Parts: sequence; structure tokens; C-alpha cells
Amino acid sequence: MRQVVIIGGGVAGLEAAGFLGKMGHQVVLLEKEKAVGGHVGKWDRLFPNRRQGSEVMDFIRKKMDEKVSIITEAGIKSIDTSPDGYAVVLTNGEAIRADAILLATGFELFDARKKEEYGYGIYDNVITSADLERIFREEGKITTADGQAPQKVAFVHCVGSRDEKAGNVYCSKVCCVTGVKQAIEVKEMMPAAKVYSFYMDIRMFDRHFEELYIEAQQQGITFIRGRLSEVYEDQGKVQCKVEDTLTGKPMKVTVDLLVLLVGFMPSPETKRLAGMLKINIGSDGFVLPIDGHISQNETGVPGIFLAGAVTGPKCIATTLSDARSAALQIDQYLKTK
Amino acid sequence: MRNYDPFVLPFMLGFLFLVVLIIYKFAQWLIRLNMREKVLFRHGMLSRKFLHAGNEVFMESLIHRKMFKANPLLGYMHMSLAFGWFLLIVLGNVESRLHTGAHLNMPYFPIFLKFFVTEKETIPFYGGFTNLMDFLLLMVLSGVFLALIKRMTSRIFGMRRTTNLKVGDKIALITLWLIFPLRLFAESLTAAQHHNGGFMTENVGQFLAAFLPTDQLSYPAWWLYSISLGAFFVAVPFSRYMHIPAEILLIYLRHFGIHSTKVYSSFSELEVYSCSRCGVCIDKCQLHTADIHFNTPTYFFRAIRERSLSGDLTDACLLCDRCTAACPVEINTTAIRIAKRATFSTSFKSDFSYLPANHTRRKADVAYFAGCMTHLTPAIRKAMIAILEHAKVKYHFIDEQGICCGRPLMMTGRLEEAQQLVRKNEALIKGSGARILLLSCPICLKAFREDYHLDIRIMHHSEYICELMDRQILQIPAGTQLFSFHDPCELGRGSGIFDQPRKILSEAGKLVKSKFEKENSFCCGGSLGHTSLSQAQRNIITQEVVNELTKNNPDSLVTACPLCKKTFTRWSEVPVKDIAEIVAEVISLGSTQSDREQNTNSLGIKVHEKQKRK
Repeated sequence: MRQVVIIGGGVAGLEAAGFLGKMGHQVVLLEKEKAVGGHVGKWDRLFPNRRQGSEVMDFIRKKMDEKVSIITEAGIKSIDTSPDGYAVVLTNGEAIRADAILLATGFELFDARKKEEYGYGIYDNVITSADLERIFREEGKITTADGQAPQKVAFVHCVGSRDEKAGNVYCSKVCCVTGVKQAIEVKEMMPAAKVYSFYMDIRMFDRHFEELYIEAQQQGITFIRGRLSEVYEDQGKVQCKVEDTLTGKPMKVTVDLLVLLVGFMPSPETKRLAGMLKINIGSDGFVLPIDGHISQNETGVPGIFLAGAVTGPKCIATTLSDARSAALQIDQYLKTK
Repeated sequence: MRNYDPFVLPFMLGFLFLVVLIIYKFAQWLIRLNMREKVLFRHGMLSRKFLHAGNEVFMESLIHRKMFKANPLLGYMHMSLAFGWFLLIVLGNVESRLHTGAHLNMPYFPIFLKFFVTEKETIPFYGGFTNLMDFLLLMVLSGVFLALIKRMTSRIFGMRRTTNLKVGDKIALITLWLIFPLRLFAESLTAAQHHNGGFMTENVGQFLAAFLPTDQLSYPAWWLYSISLGAFFVAVPFSRYMHIPAEILLIYLRHFGIHSTKVYSSFSELEVYSCSRCGVCIDKCQLHTADIHFNTPTYFFRAIRERSLSGDLTDACLLCDRCTAACPVEINTTAIRIAKRATFSTSFKSDFSYLPANHTRRKADVAYFAGCMTHLTPAIRKAMIAILEHAKVKYHFIDEQGICCGRPLMMTGRLEEAQQLVRKNEALIKGSGARILLLSCPICLKAFREDYHLDIRIMHHSEYICELMDRQILQIPAGTQLFSFHDPCELGRGSGIFDQPRKILSEAGKLVKSKFEKENSFCCGGSLGHTSLSQAQRNIITQEVVNELTKNNPDSLVTACPLCKKTFTRWSEVPVKDIAEIVAEVISLGSTQSDREQNTNSLGIKVHEKQKRK
């Protein structure tokens, strides 16, 4: 029986594992963290319909059978070529035979401390969208650093995305709609709170996204077109300096809590593995498939396939489709090998 | 005895042309000085400065001391050509005077002495003279030989790139190189006939006589020698060799106290002509990393001289001062670049009406001006506030709302617009009554020191923290962290502050050495000096610098400029910190508060009675 090694246990890796198992292949899934689930596993509710992230995780997990074995806390030392394929050598010395390898190493969130002017890690009342999801999940209640309920909350779009100075020119796709979703959630949780959103453009590209944006406006969320220039904290309040580019006026907005919508970054592990496997990386740091239109899951190196955000920012639905597509490609490859 | 021959004419014509032209140029430069500079010139001519300048002319224009320091091989090359030739002329004159007994001979006479004087007996100590002259000629020839090698492979000289020459320079260069081999040839051929040569010319003459008709060739050789001299003199004003006379005048004016400013002046013009296009600046420029070439002062000044300067070329500079620090002629390349930008920058109607009209007149000893870039790096601002609070300094945060110092405008040549900000800030600072203006940003520091009229101490926080340490107001516990320090352009080369940051870091931990430190430090790539550089080009420059500075695996990459910090942060895997953050971190670990001076000391520290008792 053919064996596929999947690197990365986020939604892409898990979905591909389930499908490959169903297709009759042996699958070994390697995850660097203590548990599989990736970013979706840490998220509370998902856009656009605000269903629980755990529902999607359950759906994916259900497909897994005994053909899939998962190794967590797995570090990869090297990937060697062998006469019949590859050998993935783990840091503990174990070597795993692979007829094909699927790279599903995904992304990591932009480190908001690199946009120091927004004060993340310096001021207590500046958090990221990921922090807010954790608060939703674990605390169920939003408070400022001194334990008060915030009366004014602002969201900042494009933190680490579409930002040449941050080194990332690309759009991370999912932050706009995440920001709108979270703004609505905050407003629903605290109807008296004033919620602002600072944006460059609102990119509502997918189905039901625009409706969510309209809903947010109807709920009284204030959208201000302008890129936040700097932030400083004064007696626990966050002072935001921004130019309203629709009126052309510089303005200052004082809020109790500032949420930074952090974008996607290629994970350092992706870069390392791509180097080992000699597969190409684009100027944005994500892996380049051999063709962006017609061969999104192939690398040009025989037996090495791609799925999910390893080839750039994607939302969950697209990632799952991409994973199934990769599973199909791998199945074809193994049959003709 | 003959003392004239038609072959001296090319030399004489070229010589006269050059003398007239130099007099004309010098007069032009001096007449165009402004009133203040003219006064300085008149005073300087009659003071000891005149002698000091003469000494420097000797050391730099002839011996090339600075060039020797920068690059010994290049130094020898220039010295052998300049000093060797100079001595040939001086000794030739002495010899010819001994021969004729006259005080003045025709200028050509000493140059072609061996042609006119073939009887050794007519000159006392002839043997000594002729051997010495041969030695000097050999020295000059060795310089020519090195110059030839440098043109072919500049790497031998430790230079990756040398100046790309244009036609005028090439003609001048070839004629200059021909002069000395032709002199050797002419003198040797004559020596073969008359045996009036020294150890070199005599032997070369004998050698040539073995297979050449020396009696037929010697006269044409003197013609060629004369033509090469004349041609070189004519080429001088149109080539880089104009730097030879220009640099002499430049050294005198500098000693008289005349310096370049942000406005292009007659003095700037003189500096431009003093550029020898030696090419030392080329390798110093980091823009090569970003694939930008032919932008360095060599080419920039040439374009000014040729009146072909473009806005793009003027803009193609980080204003990092690396070339200025390396320039053997010490031309203030950055000032000229800024001055020239004024002629290209489009003026805009600046509107600073949003700036607060009423200044709070809160009295304080220290006025803290964080600067725009520090507002964008709040960790530095937070650290500075923590340090000031810790040291119980009576301070006033003067730009809490943020007003620009004006330097970014000045860097693009918009001096008028910058003045509005300067006036605003001056009023703000004077209103505070502070005795110290404390700055976190070296860009601001340079503006406040050079373009403001403030009767107050202007200090960067690295200097201030250092003084607090010296007075034992701030105690830094010894640590074990490994620091790599990046000298910001405007703090190091720009303001001469190299030691204070190092002192602080050596107290707080261990400082790793770098090949690229102090005068030779890099620009981070974030420079405000180059407005048209793309982000991608900046990233290439920054990555190279980060790689170099984190080579020794330090615990932190430390700098003392918010812009450098911000630029590095994106690309460094090692944490990037400002020196203030390092200090704030270690003092928060605890320090003693003893040994405080009473009352307000010169650093603006007010010591409270209660605390003293404690």
C-alpha cells in the first residue's frame, strides 16, 4: 500500500488526510504542535454565518479512519530521497517512508509587534483579532486591562497586509470580513458600545460577505476610510491618530480597546521545507505551484504536493476544496507511479 | 649656449593657457563669495591661518596623507606623481639657476634642461643632481605604472569599482601618463649622445643606442615630450585634473573658516571642482546593493561641472554620509546634494495652520522632544519616560502632540517650508524655559543642532543617559547580554556621537565588534534622504545590513534611532531595541538612589528633601 506523509495538521492537512484515507492510502500526518486543528481550532465563530469553528472541525475529523495516523509535536530534521520516493526524518530520529508528500504548512499570523506604531505588546488595551477570538471562546466577556467594560472599541484593518513597509504587499483576504464579523459580535455583546473600523478598502469578495457588511453598517458601526498612523495610550485610553481620507481631515479618536486585524504570513517552517525540497517560493514568501490557474497543487518536484494557505491566503471553504483537489492529484499520481 | 628651441612652444602655450585660466577661475570663485565669506578671506590672508593652510596644502596636495591613511597603495600612487613631479620641478629650477646664475629663467628652461645643458661642468654637483633627478623620475614612473594597473584591475588596490571616465578625462589621463615615459625617452636619447644622464637615463640611453639611431631620434623625442606637457595643461581645465589647483584654494578657504551650507554657493562650486574623481566614494555607497549605479559624488559632481545634472541623479542618495566620511578631500558631499535638491524640488504651499497656536508655558528643566519617528516607535517613548521618571527629572514632554523638526523637508531641499516648522518649534522650546533639549531621534538632533538658534544644551538621549550614569544618578547593573550596536548615520557620522552608546551598552552587557561600525557603519536603508527609492530596493539594503549586524548571534540588535529600529524590526530575527529600551529594562530591575546632589543640578534633576533623607 502506498503511504502519503502530510506535513501540517490544520484544516488543509486534516481534510486531505481524511480523503486520502478514504481513497485507500496509508496516511501519516505530522503536526508540530501538541494538537491538530491549526488556526481554525483556535477560532471561535466563523464568517459569514457565525457558526462555531468547532462544528467545521468535527465535520473534518469524522472523515478520518484507521488509515490515518497522526504524530503530534513532530519536528522534521530532513527529507531524503529514496529509490521509491522519500524518507521524512523526524528530530527524534524516526524515518517515515513516503511515496508522496503533501505540504500543508499553512500560515502564521503577522506579528503585530512589527507595526510598533500601533503599540501591540506595549500598551495593554491593544489586542489582535486572534486575541479577541480567544476572549470570545474562553472568557465570553470583553474587558479592558483594568477590568472595565469598554465603551469604545476600534478595529484596524490591514495590519501587516497590503503594507510595503511591513514587507507584505499582498491582501490577506480574510481580515476584512473577520473584522466586520467581530465588530458585529462586539456590538451584539455590548449594544451601548461605540464601534469604529479604520479601513483602506473593504474587500467583501465572497458570497454573503457584502450582506454582512451592510448588517454592520445598520448596527451603527462607524467605518472610517483611512490608515491609522500612530497610537498612544493616555491614562488607559488608546488615542488613535488617523486621517479620514474621504473628508481629507486628520482626526484623533479615543477608544478603550483597539483590535488589530492581523494578516497572513508564510510560516517559517514552509520556507525551511521548501529549501529542503527545492521548490519555488514567490516574492510574497508563499510557495509557488507550477501553475496558478491549472495546477495549484503541484510543485514541479515529483511526489511533492501543496494544499491550503501554503500557497497564499485562503478562507476555510477554499482551503477545504484545495485540500480535496490535492488528495485527488496525489491519488492520480500514486496510481500511475 | 642655446637657451631656446621651437620645440618648447607647445609646452609654453599650454602652460600660459593654464596659468591664465587658473587666475580667471580663482578670481571668479573669490568674487562670488558672499560678504561674510569675503571678510573671512581677508582676515585669513593676514593671519597664522595662512601658514597652517600652507602646511596642509603640502601634506594633502603633495604628500596625500589622508589618502595614505585610507589606502596606502593609492596614497603612494598619488604621492609619487604629485610630490615626485613637484620635486623634479623644484630641483630643475635650482639646477638651472646654478647653471645660468640668473634669478629667473624661462619656465621651460628647467623642464628641458638636459636638452639645453649637455656640458656637465657648467653645473656644480652635477653628478649628485642628475642622479637625484633620475631617482625622482623613477618615483614618478612607478606612480604612472601603478595608475596603469589600477585602471586595468582596481581590485589590487582594494577597490571593487573605480571611476568610469569620459573623453576629456581620458585625454588628460593619457597625456599625463605619456609625459614621464617621454621625458625618460628624451633624456635617455640625449644621454646616449652627450653622456649627461644619471644612473637611469645613462643606462637606458646606452641600451637604446644599441639598436636605435639615437642622434636622429633625440630631437623628435623632445618635441613629443613638450607636446604631451602642453596637451596635458590644455586638458586640465576640462578634466578632473582641475582638482589640483582647486583643492589648494579650497584648503586655504577652509582654514579661513568658510564652510558649505545648505545653499549652493561659490564655495560649493569650488568643492565640486576639487573632486579628483578618485572613486573612493564609489565602494562606500550602499545603493549599489539595490542596483543603483553612477550616482556617487564622483558622478554627481561631474554632472554639475558639465551642467548635465538631473533631478533623478540629485535624488539618488541616502544622505548617509558614508562617502563624506571617506572623501580624502573632505568635501561635504551631503551638503552639496541637499543644496542642489533645492533647484529641483517643486515648491508646495505648506499649510501648518493645524499646529497648536498657544504653547503651554509649563516650566521645566528638560524639554523632551520625542520626534515623529519616536511617536511611531512607542516602546522608545515609553522607555524614555520611564528613565526620566526614575531619575526624577523635571521634564516637559514638548511634542506630545507631535510637530516635525523640519529636517525631512530640508533633506528634499525645501528650506523655506522647513523654516515655518523651525519657527514654531523655537517658540515652543523657548517658552518652556528648559536648559536642556532632550531628543530621542538623531534626525531631529541634527536639525536642532544645525538649523535652529537655541541658546540651550541640545542632547541626544544616549548622551543624556551617559551623563546621568557619570553623575551616578542612574546606575546600570552589569549584565551578561550580548549586544550588536548599529551607529545611526545622523548620530554617528552626522553628529559625532560614537562613544556614549557604547559606554552604556558595555555597562549593561557585552558589546560585539563589527567591521561596519562607527565611521564605517551602514545606513539601515530606511533613510528619509532618498524619496524615490522603492520599498523593494530598501528591503534589499536593509536585509544586507541586518545579516551583517546579526552575524555574531547577539541577544539584541541595538540602535539609537527610531527610524533604524523601525527599519530593522521587519527583517531581523533577533529583537531590535533602542538603547533607551535597554536602559529602561535594566533599571527597572532595581538601582540605588543614593549619592544624589542637592538642588537642581546641570542635568535638570531636582532632588527632593524627603528622598535625600531616605
